[in-house]
Amino acid sequence: MAAEVIPAKIRVASRRRRIFLENFEAYLFLAPALILIGLFQVVPGIAAFVMSLTRWGVIYERWAWFENYAAILDPSGARFGEFVNALGVTVWYVLLTVPIEMAIALIVAFVLYQGTRGRGAYRVVYFMPYITSVVAAATIFEWMFDANFGFLNYVIGLVGVGSQAWLREPRGIFQMIGSAFGAGLPDSFAGPSLSLVAVSIFTIWHFIGFQTVIFLAGLTNISRELYEAARIDGARERQILRRITLPLLSPTLFFVGIIATVGAMRSFSQIYVLTNGGPLDTTRTVPLLIFHTFFERTAVNGIGLGAAMSFIFVLIIIAITLFQFRVLGRRVFYD
Amino acid sequence: MTRTSAVPTSRSRPLNLDKIGPSLAKHALLILGAAVAAFPFYWMITTSFKEFGEAAKSPPVLWPTSWHLENWVEAWQYPHTLWANAFANTIFIASMTTLGELTTSVLAGYAFARMRFRGRGVLFALLLATLFIPTEATIIPNFVLMSRRYLGWYDTYTAQIVPFLVSIFSIFLLRQFFLGLPQELHDAARIDGAGHLRFLWSIGLPLVRPALVTVSLLTFLNAWNAFLWPLIITSRPEIRPIQVMLVQFTTEGGSRYHLLMAGAAFVILPTLVVYLIAQRYFIEGIARTGIRG
Repeated sequence: MAAEVIPAKIRVASRRRRIFLENFEAYLFLAPALILIGLFQVVPGIAAFVMSLTRWGVIYERWAWFENYAAILDPSGARFGEFVNALGVTVWYVLLTVPIEMAIALIVAFVLYQGTRGRGAYRVVYFMPYITSVVAAATIFEWMFDANFGFLNYVIGLVGVGSQAWLREPRGIFQMIGSAFGAGLPDSFAGPSLSLVAVSIFTIWHFIGFQTVIFLAGLTNISRELYEAARIDGARERQILRRITLPLLSPTLFFVGIIATVGAMRSFSQIYVLTNGGPLDTTRTVPLLIFHTFFERTAVNGIGLGAAMSFIFVLIIIAITLFQFRVLGRRVFYD
Repeated sequence: MTRTSAVPTSRSRPLNLDKIGPSLAKHALLILGAAVAAFPFYWMITTSFKEFGEAAKSPPVLWPTSWHLENWVEAWQYPHTLWANAFANTIFIASMTTLGELTTSVLAGYAFARMRFRGRGVLFALLLATLFIPTEATIIPNFVLMSRRYLGWYDTYTAQIVPFLVSIFSIFLLRQFFLGLPQELHDAARIDGAGHLRFLWSIGLPLVRPALVTVSLLTFLNAWNAFLWPLIITSRPEIRPIQVMLVQFTTEGGSRYHLLMAGAAFVILPTLVVYLIAQRYFIEGIARTGIRG
């Protein structure tokens, strides 16, 4: 009743006021998060590009347009060689870790999923490496990979293989295997160094549990009725695996594949602790190269070059992710 | 995961691999895998208690003939290491980060789930987009940002805490949980005159407690394991966290592996104990969000 007496103008005004207050309160709730994200993620993201266009070592020198990019991407540029080498190492690192991690994690998840006795306990143990600090766990592996007293040399000794230098071994594994069988391989087919293989072994160990848990969650989400129905129709277990489980798991496989690839490309701590990019730069992936460029050579334009490298690297990561989306994403089955 | 306590019959099994591979082989495989996963921890502990000569023995000694607890004391008091200091630093930094991140992400997660405001959809999409700004790109500008010329936080605790007071993953996780609360609850509270803050504090938070535990544990763990950023942004040993201290220790300790393993145990054991107690929250939190460190 009272509302009829109030002129329409005032009513609209009070409604506006309420909406304004509601908005104001919501933005107050969001403010801390938004300010922090803006200051430490968005602004630096843009600043990275601006800085890559400068010469900037210990102090800012001058605007340099695309000089840094030229130094990295031009085959005659000063930084071309080391950047291409780092990219090659990064690609090998991804190839040595991601497929093996995923295959093992998938098998473990399958086996655990069937209601194996002690599933909970297995899951706890498999997940243990993932929650331990990369730095500390890498310290243990450095000890197990030790060239003189390491546990791994003892293990391969049991099957008759001679001691290896592991993390200190720059020779390519294809070349090493070839020469063990008396076949000399040219340097261009040397393959990734044994030290990179050792780093990859650590990475696989560390991340298996993570992937197993995600795969298990994906398997648990598949409706049990589908299995029952297929079994009533007389489907064999292999058929069920191929026609039901794998297609319905494909979104999870796709997700893990992308996350694992990007994660491997961006790995830093384990490589820093285990080899710091050596021996002979055979484990120097792009993040390590960026770190070295930026940190150990700040005197010579480290910030400008480092920013340019990271910008190029980010573009490469995005390109690879998009490629995975286009090529693999098409095969993903969403129900 | 804990639902299937009874042994399922063959028919109710969703995927029966028994017909593909026999059960014994399956368990052998699982035990072998578990042994590989757990062995480094075993090797760390046993090596840390061995005598120097025994640690470097070939073939390796699987079980120490005598236990040298004094190794841990020696590692703890090793020259130029400030373990007690580093632990205090890490606990302080991780606690502050966890408290702060919990606050910012509860507020933001709640706002995105439960409040109506202009630009909500756009803002949420933008937040998703920032997930694609990788650390590689931002670490150098952030380093510059911390320098004396801008914020002046180089070599401080502030630099190790403030940038981590927000996590987009935590915002998402909490938003999911707040979305799951029934609308009637919210309406009832409003009719009784409770504002957003009041509703959040006395009804919302108690109901999303599992999510709060998960976010806290994962944030604390991430802060505990932080390495690259503190390595870059600090130089005074007194304010460095344990991960950086461990690397410094391993560099100075050379090949005295029995001591190095004691140092690694200092860093690993606390998280391992917490994990074993609260493993459900860790595993389910990660299965839900897919955070990969």
